[in-house]
Amino acid sequence: MNKITEELLKEVADFKGSFEGAYNIREDGGCAGRQSTKNIQITSKEDLPGIDIHIAPGTKGETVYIPACVTHSKVDDLVYNDFFVGEGADVVIVAGCGVHSEGDDQARHNGIHRFFLKKGAHVVYKEKHLGTGKGKGLRRIDPVTDVYLEEDSVLEMDTVQLGGVDRTVRKTNGVVGARARLVVRERLMTDGDETARTDFDVTMEGEDSGVDLMSRSVAKGHSHQEFYSCIKGKARCTGHSECDAILSENGTVTAQPALEASHIDASLIHEAAIGKIAGEQILKLRTLGLTEQEAEARIVEGFLK
Amino acid sequence: MQNPVYRRKEANMLKIEHLAWSIPGGEEIIKDINFTADEGKLIVVTGPNGGGKTTLAKLIAGIECPSNGKIIFDGEDITSLDVTERAQKGIAYAFQQPVRFKGLTVRDLLELAAGGKLPEEKLCALLGQVGLCANEYIDREMNTSLSGGESKRIEIATVLAREAKLSIFDEPEAGIDLWSFSRLVETFQQLRSRGTGTLLVISHQERILSIADEIVVIADGRVRMVGPGKEVLPQLLADERAARCPLGKEELA
Ligand SMILES: Nc1ncnc2c1ncn2[C@@H]1O[C@H](COP(=O)(O)OP(=O)(O)OP(=O)(O)O)[C@@H](O)[C@H]1O
Ligand SMILES: [Mg+2]
Repeated sequence: MNKITEELLKEVADFKGSFEGAYNIREDGGCAGRQSTKNIQITSKEDLPGIDIHIAPGTKGETVYIPACVTHSKVDDLVYNDFFVGEGADVVIVAGCGVHSEGDDQARHNGIHRFFLKKGAHVVYKEKHLGTGKGKGLRRIDPVTDVYLEEDSVLEMDTVQLGGVDRTVRKTNGVVGARARLVVRERLMTDGDETARTDFDVTMEGEDSGVDLMSRSVAKGHSHQEFYSCIKGKARCTGHSECDAILSENGTVTAQPALEASHIDASLIHEAAIGKIAGEQILKLRTLGLTEQEAEARIVEGFLK
Repeated sequence: MQNPVYRRKEANMLKIEHLAWSIPGGEEIIKDINFTADEGKLIVVTGPNGGGKTTLAKLIAGIECPSNGKIIFDGEDITSLDVTERAQKGIAYAFQQPVRFKGLTVRDLLELAAGGKLPEEKLCALLGQVGLCANEYIDREMNTSLSGGESKRIEIATVLAREAKLSIFDEPEAGIDLWSFSRLVETFQQLRSRGTGTLLVISHQERILSIADEIVVIADGRVRMVGPGKEVLPQLLADERAARCPLGKEELA
């Protein structure tokens, strides 16, 4: 593994010189390290670039790391990773992605992740994206996340991108079974000329299924963000999405949330708010002795925490 | 020989001179207000709704700029200083309407107010002074999930955390239950008994008026009455009975 990968991993995957348990490190389209455990087997796909991760039924308390890094320009990495999570397993999956470029050409990572959760499985999925380097070439991260939740399973997805990624299109699709729940927390900050597009499409098919999407974002500089979500309720279910965006300088945001209910007992709610930081919030912190800039920074930091 | 004892520059912590303020392009709301507040004293500002009390507090904190007059704080003319500078000089202001923040916790706000990390005991003591149990609140966000009375008490606690030379409380009683209110009155009395730091409390509550060193009555943008609490309060109560008008006085919610 090269130095840049090591630095990126510290930022995006809590890397402390080594990983404990199962892991697979992807570097510029190749494999820079892999380890399976008794309960978590990682194998290469035969027909496509990428890996299969099989998590045995009943596995408890293990964490699997599958970070991916692109360390120079002129790389366009496409990878398919499939997670098969056995009945009753309860695990954490950490999938950080870092893209570094010093050159004039594009550096891109496109990760297609599919999650198949068996009955009663519980997964916390952490995804952190970062762009670094001073090259003119664009840093792009375009993840696709497909989630299939069988009855009583829960997937909690935490996705964070706080800077340096010039272009990103993030697609998340879900099918939620009976009594299963999908919880997504997105935090996004863009600056300069960055653009970010988020697309959620979730269908609740099982009785008493649930989905909760929370997106908080800050658009600074001349950056632009688009938020699309569609929550579909096809059974007795509860769906909630909340999109809060703070505008700063010349940042712009489009939000188009959609709800589709095709069952009498589907209960769907959407909340959306876009605006600059409320003047009274800045004033309040100034009366505590902070300058205007300090107050703004503190409010944004808390908002994206 | 040097005098080793720190000497305050003035006995007056706050001196308001000919203060005036108009709505931008409109009516004059504050009209030639004058009064002083001495160090270590509890000054209660009262008067009918819309009389200009909150506007006066905002002028002192620097949130609004006066069209005329001067504000002297601890011997220094602070009229041209901005909100941050005044806060750093030692003015603290608990808003009438607390501000909500998505993402800032009660602990965050108390620590910002105190200017650094606070040990658990200190957080407990601060929230205890407003009748809140710290364990339940320190990690909660100061967002709209808090009730009106809860956020009001947290707002007051952030000002207590500042330990400022001048602490302004804008209707601290509003929305607060009887038990927390009693605790708050005790807190004001304790703070006053230390003799350092001046308290300026805007209130309609007889319990608060009755512990005032000085009462300033503001009506229609002017000081209608000012003097020691013992003299002003009986007159206010007599006026109230004579007028038989309950509107000038808000009840404890
Ligand atoms: N920015 C503003 N724009 C327009 N009118 C204002 C503004 N600020 C204050 N006022 C008006 O000035 C008057 C005094 O308001 P202020 O809030 O100071 O009253 P108050 O004495 O604090 O009343 P209360 O007891 O109800 O809190 C009111 O009539 C109010 O409507
Ligand atoms: Mg008021």
